[in-house]
Amino acid sequence: MSTPTALLLRAQEKRRSTRTRSLKAWYRNPSLIAGLIVVGALVLMAVLAPVIAPFDPVKQDLQNSLLAPGGAHWLGTDKYGRDVLSRLIWGAQVDLRIGFMAVLIPFVSGSVIGALAGYFGGWFDSIVMQIVDIFFAFPFYVMVIVLVFVLGAGEVSIYLAISAISWVAYAKIVRGEVLVVKKQDYIVAARLGGMSHGRVIARHIGPNVMSQAIIYAMSDIVLDIMAIVTLGYLGLGVAPPTAEWGSMILDGQEFITTQWQQATIPGLVIVVTSLGLSWIGDGLSDLLSPERRK
Amino acid sequence: MLHRLSFIPGRLLRAVPVVLGVTIVVFLMVHLLPGDPAVAILGDKGTPQRIAALREQLGLNQPLWLQYFSFLGRLLHGDLGNSLVNQRPVSEVLFQAMPVTLALLLFALVMAMLISIPLAGIAATRPNGARDLGVRIFTLLGQGMPQFWVGIMLILLVSVNLRLFPVGGYGLADSDHLYYLFLPALTLAISMSPTIIRSLRASTIASLGSDYVATARSKGSGGSGLFIHHVLRNAAIPTISVIGVNLGYLVGGSIVIERVFAIPGLGSLMLTAIFARDFTTIQSVALFIALFVIVVGILTDVIYTLLDPRVNFSSKERA
Repeated sequence: MSTPTALLLRAQEKRRSTRTRSLKAWYRNPSLIAGLIVVGALVLMAVLAPVIAPFDPVKQDLQNSLLAPGGAHWLGTDKYGRDVLSRLIWGAQVDLRIGFMAVLIPFVSGSVIGALAGYFGGWFDSIVMQIVDIFFAFPFYVMVIVLVFVLGAGEVSIYLAISAISWVAYAKIVRGEVLVVKKQDYIVAARLGGMSHGRVIARHIGPNVMSQAIIYAMSDIVLDIMAIVTLGYLGLGVAPPTAEWGSMILDGQEFITTQWQQATIPGLVIVVTSLGLSWIGDGLSDLLSPERRK
Repeated sequence: MLHRLSFIPGRLLRAVPVVLGVTIVVFLMVHLLPGDPAVAILGDKGTPQRIAALREQLGLNQPLWLQYFSFLGRLLHGDLGNSLVNQRPVSEVLFQAMPVTLALLLFALVMAMLISIPLAGIAATRPNGARDLGVRIFTLLGQGMPQFWVGIMLILLVSVNLRLFPVGGYGLADSDHLYYLFLPALTLAISMSPTIIRSLRASTIASLGSDYVATARSKGSGGSGLFIHHVLRNAAIPTISVIGVNLGYLVGGSIVIERVFAIPGLGSLMLTAIFARDFTTIQSVALFIALFVIVVGILTDVIYTLLDPRVNFSSKERA
């Protein structure tokens, strides 16, 4: 699992590349294509869950609990007799939805705060960077777990908890980018030409600093999905009986000696999901910062 | 040697606002609870008397700033408050759990190095070769697997099928601890090593192509001696700061992993406190972990400076 700081360092390394943006044909980028296919298939599975899932994911059937894979239940049933395959498919809906949605607020708020801090500098910048340092002292999981507890269980709490922490990374990335861009001649020219600060940020700085934040967002989705399944595993995530990959692993762990596939398969699906997302991230970083690869 | 450490007072000074900020964040956690914190903490067990007593214990009847300063004052005296569940001082429980987590972290770190150094070395000797590709697949998978799931898979393979290691627990005798911590530490090492390998591989490639390695080669050294004395020593320097900044993440991971393997460390303490709604304990563990991360950050800077003789000259050389 990649760590937030490592991702951040990598994103900052990428920044050293020049800012030329010759958009290579996206369809000639193998890792982007592979990632899009994998993630596309998973999203399709999530969207089509009501159609393709063979059983009701939450309906209990205690007479048919802990069935081995095969027959009508391709992946067997869990201790409540719920169909594992159906729970896996419906789980994609929950985990992907929260994973993608949880990125939105920190992406926007962190980028705006980072852009303002980098652009105006001075006391605002010092305060923002001080807050960033404070937040970096708390490990991601410690903060997410505590905040979800404080805010109460449920999806909204997960969004809020993740947002409260991950904006920091975006702020740091975008601030770093702005510090480089704002010294460029065209920005100076725009200001001398009488453009307001707001217009300079929105029209000239924004579009030029966002690519690193977008690339980071891909790895951030992976982090968020990891956080969601971890919360699910710890029993702090989406409330049961909703199907969710992390809580499926928790349920399966109990029967690890007899039904090993119950804890194994949801984990494999998570691995595939994060591989797909990191391929998209790699592909995007190739496209958006072409000078990086040596 | 010593003059290179003259940055330490300044570095410590810079940590002061961060430490204060951390205490403020931890202090404010209780006020993020919706409604009256005392009611929220007690949940359905809240009778009017108990709520009033808890408000008194948490000092909620005072103005916010006064509450913070008395919180800070108690902290400075090492008083973290009493557990809301059994009324024992939290510091007692905390210091019981701390060595367990520290042992786990240290063990995990050692194992991560044992995994990363050979793999990064293998990958770097022939970049883009078959073995490099193999290592890259390992790092990709290592990053994509949820930590707790890695732990469960290790339990399945190593404990359940091969019966080599216990499925969980910490052992009773001191001599048992390492044995019991092996799998949890391996789990953490597997999820941390991709980051280390990535950094170490890049710096090893740079080091192998450097003039000093060429010089050493021309003087006739080679093999593992060259690798250890010239390549690794220099390649390790940037990696140390990578490990330093990621240690917080390792700590976060250990919270979850302690749960998987039922290890009585800070993570188990925190999660047990969460389910018991023991707010003082939750606060204290979060505070302690954040302070630990800050201290480790400072230590990393010191080690980095001691190891890297170029730190005083120029940073251009390293780029």
